[in-house]
Formats: sequence, C-alpha cells, structure tokens
Amino acid sequence: MSEYTRDEMMTVAAARLLRDGQVCFVGIGLPSAACNLARLTHAPELVLIYESGTIGTRPTVLPLSIGDGELAETATCVIPLPDIFSDYLQAGRIDIGFLGAAQIDRFGNLNSTVIGSYDKPKTRLPGAGGATEIAAHARQVFVVMKASPRSFVKKIDFQTSGGHFPGRPQSGARGAGPAVLVTDVGILKPHGESGEFTLSAVYPGIPADEARAAIGWPLAVLPELDTCAPPTAAELEVLRALEARTAAAHREPVRLPL
Amino acid sequence: MTEFLPLKDAIAKHVADGDCLALEGFTHLIPFAAGHELIRQGRKDLHLARMTPDLVYDQLIGVGAARKLTFSWGGNPGVGSLHRLRDAVENGWPCALEIDEHSHAAMAVGYRAGAARLPFGMLRGYIGTDLPARNPRIRHVTCPYTGENIATVPAVNPDVTILHAQRADRHGNVAIDGIVGAAREAALAAAKLLVTVEQIVDELPPAMNNIVLPAFTVTAVSQVPGGAWPSYAHGHYARDNDFYLRWDAIARDRGGFTAWIDRHVRATRDHRGFLASLREAA
Repeated sequence: MSEYTRDEMMTVAAARLLRDGQVCFVGIGLPSAACNLARLTHAPELVLIYESGTIGTRPTVLPLSIGDGELAETATCVIPLPDIFSDYLQAGRIDIGFLGAAQIDRFGNLNSTVIGSYDKPKTRLPGAGGATEIAAHARQVFVVMKASPRSFVKKIDFQTSGGHFPGRPQSGARGAGPAVLVTDVGILKPHGESGEFTLSAVYPGIPADEARAAIGWPLAVLPELDTCAPPTAAELEVLRALEARTAAAHREPVRLPL
Repeated sequence: MTEFLPLKDAIAKHVADGDCLALEGFTHLIPFAAGHELIRQGRKDLHLARMTPDLVYDQLIGVGAARKLTFSWGGNPGVGSLHRLRDAVENGWPCALEIDEHSHAAMAVGYRAGAARLPFGMLRGYIGTDLPARNPRIRHVTCPYTGENIATVPAVNPDVTILHAQRADRHGNVAIDGIVGAAREAALAAAKLLVTVEQIVDELPPAMNNIVLPAFTVTAVSQVPGGAWPSYAHGHYARDNDFYLRWDAIARDRGGFTAWIDRHVRATRDHRGFLASLREAA
C-alpha cells in the first residue's frame, strides 16, 4: 500500500460518496477535486455544475476560481447565473451540494459570514454566496471541512446556511439537509431525530480519540465504527495526475494584455 | 444612439458622485479599467452593487469611494479575504461602509426584477439563515394562489451598470462570450449602461442564442483592450491567477495598498498606462 496524505484520504472519501449520473453543485477546493476524481474513476457520467453557470463541465485541470475559462470550454452549456439558482437549484434539479464554512455546529448549521457579532465583527468572512440556498434545496448536502475546535463549535456566531435546524421539514427547504460531514479525522453522519452529527467511520491509523480532540462539541460516536478503506493505488494515481496537471497549468505565466 | 467615447469621457459624462453603480461580470469580464478610471476621477459616495465585490471593489472601497455595498459573496476567489473590504467593515477605514448583504440566489432575482422593472424579486430562499434578521430589506410575501410564504428582495436598479465585453459593432450592439454571470440582468436593470470592449468590429459573429445587448440598451461603448485584467476575457487573455494571489499581500496593509493605487492607478493616464506601469514594476 502506498503512502498518502490526510488531504488525499479526505478527497478520496468524499469522491466515493458520489454515484454515477448524479448532478452535483460543486465548490472550489477539495469538493472540486473530489468531484473530478469521482468523474475520472467510478462515476464518468457525474454532472458537475459550478455556480458561474457551467453545466456538465469536464475540466482537465482543477479551476482556481469558480469561473475559470476551462470550466466554460469543457461544459455541455454555459447559462446565466440567475438561471442556475432559480431554474436548476431552486427547481430541485440538484442531487448533491457541497459546502464548507468557517464554523459548523453539531447539527450541520454553517457560518461563513462573521466571527463575533454581525454589527461589530471580529472577522468579516466572505458571506453566503450560493451556500444558503444550496443548503436548503440540494437533495442532499455533503459538508467537507478540516476539523479543529475553533471551527467545529458548540455555537456558531452566525447561521449563514441551515443544517438540521428545528422546523426544517416545514421550512420550505426542498432538500433533506446535510447527509454527511467529511473531515480529516473521520466521517460523521446525522443521527437520531435531532440529526446530530455522530462519528460513523474512521480512517486507517486515526483513532476516534483524535476526532474527539479535534471537535469542539462532545462528540457522539457510533458503537460500531466503520473504518474507511485507504485510497487505492488507482485512486491515488488519478488524483495525483489531476493535481500535477493543475499545478503545471497554473504555473504557466499570464502575459499582461498590453 | 450609442455613443462611442474614450473611457475617461464616458465616466466623466455618465457617472456622478452618489450614484448607485453595478460593475458586473462573474469572475470573467470584470470591468477593472472602468473601476480604475472611477478612482482617477475621484468619484465618491458611491453605492456599489455587485454579487462578488472581487478586487475591483476592494480597490474602490480602499480609496474611500463607497458609502454602501450591496453584495452576496465578498472574498478573493480561490485565495481568501478582501482585506480592504474587511478593514472598512471591521474598522471603518477609510470610511464607514453600509452593508446590504444577500445570498447569490437573492441578488440574482433582485437584478432580474430590476431588469423587468418590477418592484421586487422573489425566491424560495433565506431558509434556515440569520440573514433576514440582519437585513431589513429581506422580506416575505404570501402567495395569493397557494398561501406559501415566499422571500423577497427589492429590485436592484443601478443608476449606471458597467460591463466589459469581447466586442461591439459600429452600431453599438455588444456581444459577450463565455461565462456571463448576471451581466445581462444587471445591464438591463440600469438607467445607463456603459460597456468597455476588447474590439470594435464591422459585424458581430452570428450569435442566434448568444448573449447580445442590442445597441438601443447601450448608452456608451469604450474600446479598452485588456480592460478586464486581472480577470479575463475569454478568447483574448486568461485570468491572471498569480495577480489574485499577489493582491492578498498588496491589500493586506493600508500603506502598501495606497502606494500601489497611487503608483499604478492615480499616476497613470489610462488603462494602457496602468498595464505599462505594472510591466515596468515586474
């Protein structure tokens, strides 16, 4: 078995959750890597939608921004952004939405708006973007975040996007909310009526105690924990080739348009 | 009749202090040259609307040109924070900035309503979020047919929308290829539409289903090659991802930011001079 990093384990674990043919609303960073890894391995018909308006995009390198030209050039179609949100996301055509945030609570409510108070923030974060309506309307939400006591907190400072909040079934949200939380210390799934995120699988060589230490709420742990299979040689080869292509493409100097 | 003006004259004639401006373009075709010209001419008290403020509004906010910001995601894409936006919100530097904050889905329907001259846009949105509690402009209506509670946002109707596009023809019809974001809606929502273009051509390529803004919707066209840099113009030049990374260091510090603006924007005559000054500095 080859050596691999925690980021690679996390990316592979997220990729394995995707089924061929699903329609995914993708964000930049690890979700983008996971979705493209899935598309290049077990799910060749995965449909990737980026909020910039690209539908069915098949990039050969990972985008640095949500609107890189590569996404448009390899898409089935490119549509106006308002159509993506109204006619695709709100209309219920998205199977999986990926989200991350600065803070998450045990019910999968997310904060990407402010640390501190809204009127006098200690840290002003970028804000909602597409997240609020992705959290409401994607059939399922996959949250991908590295765990730390600062980000996995008992109480988030601001609720940007709803997880399993009280009254969700009557709220008008089309989707079922966060179905899984992929971290670097294991995989959490909602449990019981409250939908509290509970450790349900660990990675090889990372004990549940490490997850307990990294998570800022008293972590519930399933009595029978799964252990994720380590990344296969084939998964690692495809992921590393994708990342090498991406690094090479982003190293190419851009000439000033003068 | 669409006017053909140098950018300097288009801004001088059509943008006033206190205006509500939307410089749109989602990652692609962001009208940076126009943003810099606003800084050179010292426009102030602006109400800036844009889904993703990006570097172009970080610069306008950092020089104190804005009193209010309507937006839905205020980061440096793929990099991190917009430090000038943060400094304005967290510390009121260089002046206080009123925040009118939305989600992308809501701001998109705000532009759509603006383009259609409806008073508000509606969406099944703002569910499970604290945003409506912090922004009194986010409200709800009861559907007269089903009784459903639907979120609303006021129409966004800028005094002036400014876009960058690949090309215009000599009549003033403007064609955009590639990622369009909410450019079309923001264009039609505005009282005046200024467009900077890479090229002015005799005839636009056939584009039955492409995004074209017909000349009668376009107030003025200014040819500004490279006018979207450091964002990109599909088919002309790529996004300068490296500059987006470098901006993080330039904008982190008030002094460093001001020195950069003085040297590359205020001390240059136009966009050509701006790009030349960057090449000299490289």
